[in-house]
Amino acid sequence: MPADQLNALTKSEPEAAPARQPALGILGGLRWMWRQLTSMRTALILLFLMALGSVPGSVFPQRGASPLRVGQYLQDHTTIGPWLDRLSMFDVYASSWFAAIYLLLMVSLAGCILPRCLHYARNLRSVPPATPRNLARMPEHRSFYTTAIESDVVDAAIASLRRARFRLRPAAASSDTGVSDVGSSVAAEKGYVHEFGNLVFHLSILLLLVGVAWGSWFGYRGTVIIVEGEGFANTLTQYDDFVPGRGFSTGLLAPFSFTMDAFDAKFLEDGPNRGQPDQYTADVTYRERPGAELQAERIEVNKPLGVNGAKVFLLGHGYAPAFTVRDGEGIVVFSGAVPALPQDPAFTSETVVKVPDAQPEQLGFNVTATPTAPDKVDPATGPKSIFPEANDPRVYLGAWTGDLGLDSGVPQNVYQLDSSDMEQLGRKDLGVGETWTLPDGRGSITFDGLGEFANMQVAYDPGRWLALIATVAAMVGISLSLLVRRRRLWVRATADVDGRTLVEVAGLAQTEWAALAQEVDAVVGELPGAPAAVEVRG
Amino acid sequence: MSSETWAYTSNALVYSTIIVLSFALLAFAADLAVGTGQKRADAAKPRRSSLGRQATSGSGGNAGGATVTVAAPPLPDVQRWARVGVSLTTLAAALAVGAVITRGISVERPPWGNMYEFTVTAVATMLVIWVAMLPTRPEWRDLGILVVLFNLLLLGVAVLVLYTEAAQLVPALKSYWLWIHVTAAIIASSVFTVGSLASVLYLFSERYERRAAAGSAGDVRDWIGARLPASDQLDKVAYQTISFAFPLWFFAVVAGAVWAEDAWGRYWGWDPKEVWAFVTLVIYAAYLHARATAGWRGRRAAIIAIVGLTAFLFSYFGVNIFFVGLHSYGGT
Ligand code: HEM
Repeated sequence: MPADQLNALTKSEPEAAPARQPALGILGGLRWMWRQLTSMRTALILLFLMALGSVPGSVFPQRGASPLRVGQYLQDHTTIGPWLDRLSMFDVYASSWFAAIYLLLMVSLAGCILPRCLHYARNLRSVPPATPRNLARMPEHRSFYTTAIESDVVDAAIASLRRARFRLRPAAASSDTGVSDVGSSVAAEKGYVHEFGNLVFHLSILLLLVGVAWGSWFGYRGTVIIVEGEGFANTLTQYDDFVPGRGFSTGLLAPFSFTMDAFDAKFLEDGPNRGQPDQYTADVTYRERPGAELQAERIEVNKPLGVNGAKVFLLGHGYAPAFTVRDGEGIVVFSGAVPALPQDPAFTSETVVKVPDAQPEQLGFNVTATPTAPDKVDPATGPKSIFPEANDPRVYLGAWTGDLGLDSGVPQNVYQLDSSDMEQLGRKDLGVGETWTLPDGRGSITFDGLGEFANMQVAYDPGRWLALIATVAAMVGISLSLLVRRRRLWVRATADVDGRTLVEVAGLAQTEWAALAQEVDAVVGELPGAPAAVEVRG
Repeated sequence: MSSETWAYTSNALVYSTIIVLSFALLAFAADLAVGTGQKRADAAKPRRSSLGRQATSGSGGNAGGATVTVAAPPLPDVQRWARVGVSLTTLAAALAVGAVITRGISVERPPWGNMYEFTVTAVATMLVIWVAMLPTRPEWRDLGILVVLFNLLLLGVAVLVLYTEAAQLVPALKSYWLWIHVTAAIIASSVFTVGSLASVLYLFSERYERRAAAGSAGDVRDWIGARLPASDQLDKVAYQTISFAFPLWFFAVVAGAVWAEDAWGRYWGWDPKEVWAFVTLVIYAAYLHARATAGWRGRRAAIIAIVGLTAFLFSYFGVNIFFVGLHSYGGT
């Protein structure tokens, strides 16, 4: 294959230049480094590093996604854990070494692609190079004899190539250079869109990174548990968990609010997957900003609520048993629903109720709630729900009295009772509406019903539109680049001594391309006197 | 018919596919055994122009080596076993498509909602693509043995390990983006697989060529290599398939991101499945770069393609088995 020709087609691929190295001092060294960094080989190696560097993030638990599992891992692996932590193995995608890889890749990409863009722009109106002397060396080559005269053949070739929207080398250009000194010929080129697509693709990758960075810098994400009937206003204090971007300020919190009027979880009632979740819906009413009109919306899994630039998602749900607690003096000291953590697919759920205001002493309750109570409780496992829907709710209570330990200053888990300074009063299970009168005049607890809570996530990502536009552009670019090949076609007609005309048609594509042969054949087919089949030499 | 009957029919079709593919594998193995370098001899002959096969005298050439010739040589009979293999594989493809359709009727949705369904659909897709390419790309026939072997293994894993009863989807999977995302992923991964399998064969063929040139060919790998098409043919198949699959895989990942944005509130969260889809994408990007870089074409590029396939298989099987993530269709 004619290497010089191919190079002409694929040129400006900035390969690391072969050592042309009269010592040029610091400047020369820097230039050498830059050329290395922007070479294709470096791009290859950086791509591999990028792939390799992403892997540990799937092997080790990540703080961003599951901080609890990271804590667990560190507890279980006391020797290697801290070392892994020092290597940022639990924050891979926020680590400095990962950033180093992708920033190098992006610098390399910019250094490689921007000069190519300039080159492309400069050559937008370039003229295909003249027909080379020896067409037989081209990867696709056909030849035949015809009785048609030279100029008729070339005219037919020009017409055919024009129709196929090739860019042609003007006749004047050929005679200027005098390269094409035998016969008359036409040189054509097509497929500049290949390079265009390639450039669009790589530039879009840069743009995508900008979009991602923008979003993670100025965005935020927070989760909140909302019990049926309760509301949420978008302020920091309302979140259970909040992860701001580095450029976050409270001014970025859109001032919306909503109330979750109803939550409904449906489960398959029968079939092999009985009890599998079927659909969750949360009906909310919301205001874009204080004083704005009240609007109703239904949030489902995969169907978030978009409000004021932020999105509200339904991540999960659970049950929230509602209680009324009276103390020894008959005063209502607690009333409301407490979210309970699901323990199994049938939503056996656990929580605690803490009543610090009760007299004569504080009260605490361990609660196991079953949306559909079992007929009989297995003493070994404790009460277990038999179906996830609230068909026959029941709560199993353990009551404690004494000091809840809330004033000790140590932060407490809201789902656990610290019973070290408490004394157990007894156990009891209640159906909806039933009341348990505690012994020794400590008061009473009523199970008012089983409400539901939803686990909502609020996310704000101002860069996501940019990221989407960039990826769409990248997809268009890469498709153009891979579908279209830049290729050159030549047709030459040379008068023979005995009055016939030798016709040669040749083609060269930038990268091997199956359709080149067809394209060459198509041109051959439109020339005067073309035989049905011609020899092919590769 | 009831949904149970449809599900039962689908299972029966999967088993039939396995049986027919086993026979196809035997036929291709027989083809490999009796073919004695015949294909290489064919490949060495001048290629036919797509203008037509009929011999023409044209205007009779004599000058300057510009002659007008070429007739289609009759197909050598040693390829009889290969033809049997192709017929059986075509039948298997039809059976696999039937298995997908009946499963879809049974569950009343597109049947790629869990690993089992995804695998069966990917097998059907791969077989159909392979059969459909044969008329225009005869060199694909030599991939037959690996394509059949690989799909047989996939079906085995599907039936023995991944099998899931026909059922409804969990809420997280009820999104039309799922169908867009998964459909693109199935097609892209099927094509990637074919391309990477061609790269596996390439390594054998290229090794044989290198060693035959040095006069040292002679071991088992050379025996296989000698029966394969010329390495540049295989290289071309690999490049064409991978450059077709790459934008599609890119699209599948992007569609997944759009879906994740609706489902989980972020379009990218480095969930293990996402990590490995990304790793696969980057490795195949490296493959395309390697093809454009002098010194990396050929063997090294083929190895990258095989690494890409390994990463893909891991993102498919490994992630669901080893890691905890949000992608909840792990089967059981
Ligand atoms: C995020 C990183 C990158 C990705 C995902 C990527 C992806 C790709 C893909 C898929 C192609 C194939 C397109 C085709 O064959 O037409 C390609 C081609 C190319 N890439 Fe990249 N690339 C990346 C970074 C880079 C870097 C850093 C450089 C420069 C050092 C570079 C230079 C090129 C060039 C010159 C081509 C065209 C090769 C040809 O002419 O066929 N790329 N890239």
